[in-house]
Amino acid sequence: MNNLIVLPLIIPIITAVVLVFLRDQIVLQRIISFVTMGFVCIVSFILLNIVQTEGIIRLDFSGWMPPFGILFVADSFSLLLVLTSSIVTLICLLYAFSMMGQRYEKMFFYPFVLFLVAGVNGSFLTGDIFNLFVCFEVMLLASYVLVAFGGGKRQLRESLKYVLINVVASWMFLVALAFLYGSVKTLNMAHIAQRVAEVGQDPLITTVAILFLIVFSLKAGLLLFFWLPGSYSVPPTVVQALFAALLTKVGIYALIRTFTLMFPLQQEVTHTIIGIMAGLTIIAGCMGALAGRDVYTIATYNVIIGTGFILIGLAVGTESAMAGAIYYLIHDIVAKALLFLLIGMMIYLTGETVVKKMSGLIQIYPIFGWIYFILMLALAGIPPFSGFIGKVLIGQGAIEAHSYILLALGFASSIIVLYSLLRIFLASFFGETTISPEDKKPIPKGAYTSFILLAISIIYLGIGAESIAVYVKDAAETLMNPSIYIDAILKG
Amino acid sequence: MKINDVILRTVVKGVIFIILTLGVYLFFSGHNAPGGGFIGGLVLGSAIVLLYITYDLETVHKKMPFDFKKVAALGVLLATGTAVGSILFDAPFLSQTDGYFNIPILGEKHLTTVTIFEAGVALTVIGTLVTIILSIGEDE
Repeated sequence: MNNLIVLPLIIPIITAVVLVFLRDQIVLQRIISFVTMGFVCIVSFILLNIVQTEGIIRLDFSGWMPPFGILFVADSFSLLLVLTSSIVTLICLLYAFSMMGQRYEKMFFYPFVLFLVAGVNGSFLTGDIFNLFVCFEVMLLASYVLVAFGGGKRQLRESLKYVLINVVASWMFLVALAFLYGSVKTLNMAHIAQRVAEVGQDPLITTVAILFLIVFSLKAGLLLFFWLPGSYSVPPTVVQALFAALLTKVGIYALIRTFTLMFPLQQEVTHTIIGIMAGLTIIAGCMGALAGRDVYTIATYNVIIGTGFILIGLAVGTESAMAGAIYYLIHDIVAKALLFLLIGMMIYLTGETVVKKMSGLIQIYPIFGWIYFILMLALAGIPPFSGFIGKVLIGQGAIEAHSYILLALGFASSIIVLYSLLRIFLASFFGETTISPEDKKPIPKGAYTSFILLAISIIYLGIGAESIAVYVKDAAETLMNPSIYIDAILKG
Repeated sequence: MKINDVILRTVVKGVIFIILTLGVYLFFSGHNAPGGGFIGGLVLGSAIVLLYITYDLETVHKKMPFDFKKVAALGVLLATGTAVGSILFDAPFLSQTDGYFNIPILGEKHLTTVTIFEAGVALTVIGTLVTIILSIGEDE
């Protein structure tokens, strides 16, 4: 028992509710939400280190022993993601303080961000698959509100699509849960894994697994990403950054957890499908990123390419590929947040979304331009930045498993990512400036701080990869050997 | 246009007490029998909605000057508060406790902390239900 595990979920919820009462005190809201996220970061860091010494820890709610009660499980994989997403949210809040505007801040912006974080952290930490559904819903309900933020015509149109698709996906999630419960009579993830291993993964269970695959693919933007470019380009910049950083990653986490822990036995069916879907996602994402004329399209399709690339790691399924997928997942959370924040700032500065209509930004805002340059190199996977190590490890795994097509697609996508981002860099940052000295807007300090902090994180993840290697190694080992996870839950 | 709703108003004046009593009964019976905070909250919330339908928004607001969004928030705070309270006693999160107490006049009663949690659930349900109905109703 360790009550610390539940804090990343419950602290944001409680403070979010408190903030509802402080609707008009914006400064107080900012301070409280910032302190809350800082606290969550510290707690998850402490937990991560506890897990290194004590192994996987769990918390049985109100003392009901597994497999009967609901529980939270903390292993290195989930805690790495909780820590990364909490840090990114903390930094995004800094951007929000200076850029959000009072009108939005009074419309319960901070409470909903905190609810979103609570749902995301809960999804990472839960050890019960129905509880995963509940945490997904907490996260989605908050995201429904955040997508519609602003209440303009575009927001309402896209949020309607977003809500409909997610409601359908949630319904399918419930159906899949019902089938699963009907066939294995349990909802505890470790217990499901044990039962599936005992009876063997028969065709019915594999079908249920594929149903889960469809549900999580919809959330992660794996092949079923048709809703993503629209709904990620309408909300305010901070919300976009949070969505790109967190929401699809929860889907990816659920996919990795489901197919390494619960349904790992029919790999020639499930993992082949995941591999094909990942390949097609990358191809489609690259086409979108190449065809895009405005920065939003290019950025949203880059999110899709990232998803495809991480899931190559799962499809290949060797230990080094898993480690690569975890590294890349962490990198992608940070880098995609920064990408959307930078793009939002470009649009704020120039008032344009089309790449060719912006020019010469680096002359006026040199640091801003160079941060974009660093980000571009990191996303393309050039050392010494954060994307490199993940790409190398996934590539190594693909070679070990002889998946040369996925390997080629993965590395070709790096070039396309580089090209699509370089196009923005050449057209919008280089060249003669189109902004006259009178129209020149300063970049607010809060926004600058958030850019610099995220850029430092990217450099740290690249150069300091060694320092997080021990956590990633432990996480990959647990993913590859589900028995470690199962024993930690059911024995003891 | 003035609608003649004498019958509705008269009936509601009587019925509202029955509904509210039923709501409270369901809330307390929930510990060992069907009922509980969610159902009790739904019934109580429907009573409030019935009041809003029978009388107009202003009249009800005058007598019940609550912001129902805040009622819901208070409910969540109460429910999460009892859940977190167990951490302070070094018990697993969400643990509940109970005991038998001798209360003058009422006799020995079984009191539980779950009731506080359920009260939170009930307030959340009431607050959310009324907020939803009101925001649909107010939108012209």
